Amino acid sequence: MNHHLIAELTEYVHNAEKDKKEIEKITAQLYPTLTIEEAYMIQEELIKQKLEQGYKIVGPKMGITSEAKMKQMNVKDPIYGYIFDYMIVEDGDFISLSDYIHPKVEPEIGFVLGKDLEGPNITVQDVLDATEYVFPAIEIIDSRYENFNFTLPDVIADNTSARGAVFGTNLRNPEDVALDMVGVTLSINGKVQALGAGAAVLGHPANSVARYANMISRKGQKVKAGQPILTGGLTEAIRLSAGDFVQVKLGGIGEVSFFVKK
Amino acid sequence: MNKTNVLDTKMFSNHLANAWNIGEGVQPVTALNPDLHVDDAYKIQLYTIQQQVQSGQTITGKKIGLTSKSMQTMLGVGEPDFGHLLDGMELKNGDSLSFKKLLQPKVEAEIAFILKEDLVGPNITSFDVLLATDYIVPALEIVDSRIKDWEITLVDTVADNASSGFYVLGENRKKITEVDLKQIGMALYHNDVLQNTGVGAAALGNPAKCVAWLANKLADYDVALKAGEVVLSGALSATIEVKPGDRCRAKFAELGEVAVSFTE
Repeated sequence: MNHHLIAELTEYVHNAEKDKKEIEKITAQLYPTLTIEEAYMIQEELIKQKLEQGYKIVGPKMGITSEAKMKQMNVKDPIYGYIFDYMIVEDGDFISLSDYIHPKVEPEIGFVLGKDLEGPNITVQDVLDATEYVFPAIEIIDSRYENFNFTLPDVIADNTSARGAVFGTNLRNPEDVALDMVGVTLSINGKVQALGAGAAVLGHPANSVARYANMISRKGQKVKAGQPILTGGLTEAIRLSAGDFVQVKLGGIGEVSFFVKK
Repeated sequence: MNKTNVLDTKMFSNHLANAWNIGEGVQPVTALNPDLHVDDAYKIQLYTIQQQVQSGQTITGKKIGLTSKSMQTMLGVGEPDFGHLLDGMELKNGDSLSFKKLLQPKVEAEIAFILKEDLVGPNITSFDVLLATDYIVPALEIVDSRIKDWEITLVDTVADNASSGFYVLGENRKKITEVDLKQIGMALYHNDVLQNTGVGAAALGNPAKCVAWLANKLADYDVALKAGEVVLSGALSATIEVKPGDRCRAKFAELGEVAVSFTE
């Protein structure tokens, strides 16, 4: 895949985000043979462009972290993308629907490491030993592709649908919570719309951080201390509408919420 | 005119300081010049603090004011304000404070943040604040105004170091992981009679959000929040007027108690 094509496909997905206009997936017609490796090259170019625009990376986010989704997409590894500063919504604040294409929300458990983690061979225990805090979070995903219809390489190229994150302010020590058994509810206007438990993410949310550490170690990168890490959706994603009050509760950790305006 | 020059800044600063010479509150600075803008007021505050630092005082932190909807409505403003804390303002838990050092004091209960990392705005979030926090402690702030009868507008209180007086910190340090900031309950007692109650969420919905506001606001004035500094994050309930002989005590969930008494 030459530089020219990477630049062209990066511009294609980046413009969709900037213009808030959904696009046909890359693999439909533009480039049907896109591989996972090539998709990460596009994502890297996309991230480079955002950094050049002056935006800052807040932290990584994991996707395709449930067994069901992995089976459905026929893959062995989860995927990762990056949350940027312009995507952050304060706990209790509101978003305007018009700033998004067709946003959905997922409840997640966030991690903050107290020391760097360098793969390969990072285990769940290594992650727990290195973790300073866990916290409740809501991820707002907004695939740039029509109807969230994409293949794995498509979604990787699209920074794994990243468009928003709300971090709760209940920070907890990981040793004080059985993270795989944390019960989660996602409510909209007081009505539970989705529910699950920590184990929904790769058997244990810390496993998501371990997989990320091991995946990026192949590129000579490590997971940095102090960055919030979103470990992946604990339930299916729920579509947002104007007037929604979205609240996620994580047993033994806390809650996080936001409003949706027109 | 709506921009003060250096000479005016000094004049307004001296005008407020004169309250101590005459032993009572002075005219509001907005009575001297109704066109003063809040930016001018911060310049007056920063000038006053600079003078105090030059005379040997040390900045120990910052305080955030006007964090409740009711206070903002009363002064007709849409955001908080801030003032500087100096070492001369710090009291020990349980200390007595003489009215000789006060003009027209009031007491309010707050959560104090002690930072372990610098916080440099803009774009600081509540989450950044939590990551930069070493611990929190319960606090009482003794606010005082150099302006007669507390006849203040936003500009007046900002020029007057956000009506800062003294502050008392409790000893019971809690890590961010040990509390639910928004839900910390507080009961404020005046001479052992319950006066009012409050909760963490009274300060802009979350005390950490107040600190984030401060870090971002300070960036406008090229001031940073430094590791080791104390930040008083805003009153959790209404202020109490006090007189000599009075004692105030605030009791916080998880954080314990903090108290101060007043003498002639």
